[in-house]
Amino acid sequence: MERRRFLSRLSAALSAAAAAVVAVPVVGFIVAPLVRRSPRLWRPVGPVDRFRVGETVAVSFEDASPLPWAGVTARTAAWLRRESATEFTAFSVHCTHLGCPVQWVADARLFLCPCHGGVFNGDGTVAAGPPPKPLSHYPVRVRGGQVEILTSPIPVV
Amino acid sequence: MGRFLAWLEDRSGLVSWTRHALTHPVPPRLGWWYVFGSATLIAFLLQVVTGIALATAYVPSTGQAYDSLQFITERALMGRFLRGLHYFGASAMVLLIGIHVSRTYLMAAYKFPRELNWLTGAVLLLLTLALAFTGQLLRWDQTAVWSVVVAAAQAGRVPVVGTELARFILAGDTLGGATLSRFFAWHVFFIPALVFLLIGLHLALVLRHGISERPRPGEPVDPATYRERYQALLRREGVPFWPDAAWRDVVFGAATVAVIALLAVIVGPPELGRPPDPTILRAYPRPDWYFLWYFAVLALTPKHLETAVIVVAPLVFGAILLLVPVFNKGERSVRRRPWAALLVVVMWTTIAGFWYAGARASWSPDFAAQPLPAQVVRDTLPEVVRGAQLFYGKGCEFCHTVGGHGGKRGPDLSDVATRMTPEEMSLRITNGSPNMPAYAASLTPEELRAIVAFLATRK
Repeated sequence: MERRRFLSRLSAALSAAAAAVVAVPVVGFIVAPLVRRSPRLWRPVGPVDRFRVGETVAVSFEDASPLPWAGVTARTAAWLRRESATEFTAFSVHCTHLGCPVQWVADARLFLCPCHGGVFNGDGTVAAGPPPKPLSHYPVRVRGGQVEILTSPIPVV
Repeated sequence: MGRFLAWLEDRSGLVSWTRHALTHPVPPRLGWWYVFGSATLIAFLLQVVTGIALATAYVPSTGQAYDSLQFITERALMGRFLRGLHYFGASAMVLLIGIHVSRTYLMAAYKFPRELNWLTGAVLLLLTLALAFTGQLLRWDQTAVWSVVVAAAQAGRVPVVGTELARFILAGDTLGGATLSRFFAWHVFFIPALVFLLIGLHLALVLRHGISERPRPGEPVDPATYRERYQALLRREGVPFWPDAAWRDVVFGAATVAVIALLAVIVGPPELGRPPDPTILRAYPRPDWYFLWYFAVLALTPKHLETAVIVVAPLVFGAILLLVPVFNKGERSVRRRPWAALLVVVMWTTIAGFWYAGARASWSPDFAAQPLPAQVVRDTLPEVVRGAQLFYGKGCEFCHTVGGHGGKRGPDLSDVATRMTPEEMSLRITNGSPNMPAYAASLTPEELRAIVAFLATRK
């Protein structure tokens, strides 16, 4: 009886150990995105002269470290607004309600969201509808005549 | 043949097991209410078969999935038909499992000794919804891309771990090469493996406890006597499952497949939208029909309840599902459980109501709105004509209808002059309201006067 109990415990322990050896890389591999942080890089979106003061236009830039097979998803869009000769504001295109892409309506000077009807003013503040907070911004700078945007995670919270 | 079967039986026991499974006695007069479980299973098997076929050509890479779907739809032999089968098969599976769960609840078939039948079924329901969601994403077009973002944004509302959950869904900081292959793995390996496992368990439990008899008022379930009564019923009036009860499953199952195939041919698979390019900002993301009601919930929930609805409501729904079989004794007949009928009716009408709202999506600006035609403007006074142009140009028409043109987000302004004076209109346009932006900063006094002059003619 003693021997049987020992053998069954040994078998259970060995099986658990073998399962753990396999589980560690499998689980680690799947949750890897939680620990992997993309670098943040400044990406050019166009020469300063291309943008007119007071205008808001769509720009796009390459993500920080896109995978070779990312295809069109390697790029991210932003709404870029030239505030003055030297100042720019880069808005995230994601509605702060649930992330849908807001569309700039130039004549009305509003961002409209196509999903649940959120509306933002030209400065990104909430004008109407369900969004809980203003559009988030990307860090933006001018270097060597180029407007550059700092790649950032999709704002989700 | 006889000798082969004898050999097979001797070596495997499969013949007698199959005979037992097919001919085990079931209660008499089950009728058509009992066909939805088997029909769900048939829909699932259809999904497995068509899914395997699609997977032989689909490329689960964010850069190429869209092209491979175009190839499947337009050039592969019967690819369009296959995609249609898979789409309508998914629709059927969601619908049928919903009916099956409702039927089981209405007839209280979850009561003793079938509590685990219910629980395995509840998990299968959740897995079916998970398959439906991930499957919609594999149609890697513009809508799929934004659906992933919306899912991540919802996950982001969860306290404490929200950001981590969102990163897990996106597979990183942003959409990218890692996003799609992970959803592919969930959709074709992990979730189906769990579904197979649970269906096996579910069916084993059906065989173990027998198909529930039709409930009759005044015959409550008492765990002390139920099994004895059930066995006595089977001895007295039981009929073999095959073919006495199974013929209805076969007829309904075949009809289900026929309807799916017809829809796949006549309606065809959902069109591929624009490419999955996150820099194309002209997007109108909408979920497939089976989640359209939830899309409406997200639009119509008051702001202060939103996080509660997104985070707490699914947990409450899950808890209710798991707690149902705690009440495992007593009356089964719905005539003695009117609240059960009420709950099911309320649930389906709520979903139907939200579904209708989601299909109309009146809260969405109508970006397709066109400038108002002259016969709608009617007036030729320059200021009124200018106001009508501004009504379109300044985006008013995206949200307001005039003479049948424009969006439905805000009130119909076709006869606004009968409700508001020009002063009131100016005030509203300048200051806005909770659902309307204030235009003070984006209209010159002259423009404001023109718009009000135009609206003043609307009566």
